[in-house]
Amino acid sequence: MESAIVIKNLKVSSKEKLILKGINIEIPKNKLTVLLGPSGCGKTTLFKCLNRLTDLYPELKVEGSVFIGEDDIFHPKQNVTDLRQKMGLLNQKPYPLPMSIFKNVAYGLKLKGVKDKKILAEKVAVYLKQAALWDEVKDRLDDSATKLSIGQQQRLCLARGLATSPEILLADEPTSALDPISSKAIEEKFLELKENYTVIVVTHILRQAKRLADHVIFMYDGQVIEQGSPKELFENPQTETLKKYIQVGY
Amino acid sequence: MRKFIDSLSSVWMQIAIWFVLLLPLMIGLGLVVKSMPLLQENSLIGILSSSTWSPMRGDFGFLPFIISTILVTIIATAISLPLCLLSAIHLTQYAPKWLLGFMHSVIDILAGIPSVVYGVWGILVIVPFVGDNLAPFFNAESSGYSILAGALVLAVMTIPYVLNMLIEVFNNIAVEYKEASLSLGATYWETIKFVVLKKGLSGILSAFGLGISKALGETIAVLMVVGNVVQFPKSVFDAGYPLPALIANNYGEMMSIPFYDSALMLAALLLFIIVIFFNVAARYLIQKTTVTQ
Repeated sequence: MESAIVIKNLKVSSKEKLILKGINIEIPKNKLTVLLGPSGCGKTTLFKCLNRLTDLYPELKVEGSVFIGEDDIFHPKQNVTDLRQKMGLLNQKPYPLPMSIFKNVAYGLKLKGVKDKKILAEKVAVYLKQAALWDEVKDRLDDSATKLSIGQQQRLCLARGLATSPEILLADEPTSALDPISSKAIEEKFLELKENYTVIVVTHILRQAKRLADHVIFMYDGQVIEQGSPKELFENPQTETLKKYIQVGY
Repeated sequence: MRKFIDSLSSVWMQIAIWFVLLLPLMIGLGLVVKSMPLLQENSLIGILSSSTWSPMRGDFGFLPFIISTILVTIIATAISLPLCLLSAIHLTQYAPKWLLGFMHSVIDILAGIPSVVYGVWGILVIVPFVGDNLAPFFNAESSGYSILAGALVLAVMTIPYVLNMLIEVFNNIAVEYKEASLSLGATYWETIKFVVLKKGLSGILSAFGLGISKALGETIAVLMVVGNVVQFPKSVFDAGYPLPALIANNYGEMMSIPFYDSALMLAALLLFIIVIFFNVAARYLIQKTTVTQ
């Protein structure tokens, strides 16, 4: 099995505590991996390490390495902006950039140097269609992105993330702020996208993990407790922690 | 009984709101009424476009005062706004947290210094600096008491207000917007330019509006360093005479001269209208930017 991301002995600490206590995992390529665990177990911190958004939090100290293909994203000489474009990010709540619907999707493309208006227009349409939003917005591409509903905004963020043609999609509890119908749309999209992308979804919802995952990584208190196929993990948990989590949910 | 108190409480709140709403209206109305006598004798256009100020002869030309006011305000804000914007960006986006905390106390101190102290500092430091250093550098003659000295003092005085508000604006922008932009492959500077500044645009505009209003109305410190000569300033090294200084210097004196108090009231009314104009313009821009975001 080929790996898209290899994490080696990753430790993250803030002033008060050790948040990640030495993580060693491999994320399989072109599969949907679910990071499962209760709130506060370090899932989101691990996530922020994957595309080095930890740079925004000077209080965090990071040790270890995260390899995206051949490149260690924490190597001091690494070209972070290029590596980040290999990863699309979807947050818990949608944060559309303060610009029009069109410009939100075109943002990453423009940063990549695409200037031709015709190509931009074509690509924006392609990715909006991929995110299942095109039909709802095609007549108002110049409207502000904040005018969309939350569910539409989340799909816009997905389109925006896909537009940089990433290899990996990172989604941090992407449905937690959405209504059931929008959640379903996003989940179905993920199942479709994993054909061509490596998808990593953070969640604390067991049912969602069961619905989506090819590979599950269960985290607890800053450590990886168990990992494997959903069948292995959910039907035959090896540790007391996971057994308890499956039964009571924390 | 509880229902009665309930309805009573909302009535009180409404009265309070109406009082606040009516205040500017009443001030404006009072100024209009008081400046009417002069306006009945002379045309408004004539007063605004004439530069002859000779109250004893009944000449009340406001142009020099208006020009001074606008010049001082524009130069002051042209100095302070970019300074504040750059500092606020650095403090909130790049600097370590302790520096921001430290700057907050500096801002509080700057904001707490009485106007008259800024004036004294202006006379002791800025006026000689303009007269002995800046003016010779530009091959100009100046006593130092000048439009530029007023603008420099004013710029320093508006900094704490504008900077404080800008810091607030930038701190209120959720870090997730930056995460989104960075994850799409933007550099940190691109993120600030395209996302942070844009997201904060309406706040930045209101901070600038506040700064300009503050600069227009500031009186004592400016009056102490600006020279107070009624003339059409040819350069920023010439003395000027802004409207607030005119009112502060003369109100209460020479009230026996016919129409003098009416003229000063008109000066106050002009100032009032200019400030309102800037406020409305700022509001309009804010409205426009929030709609397009």
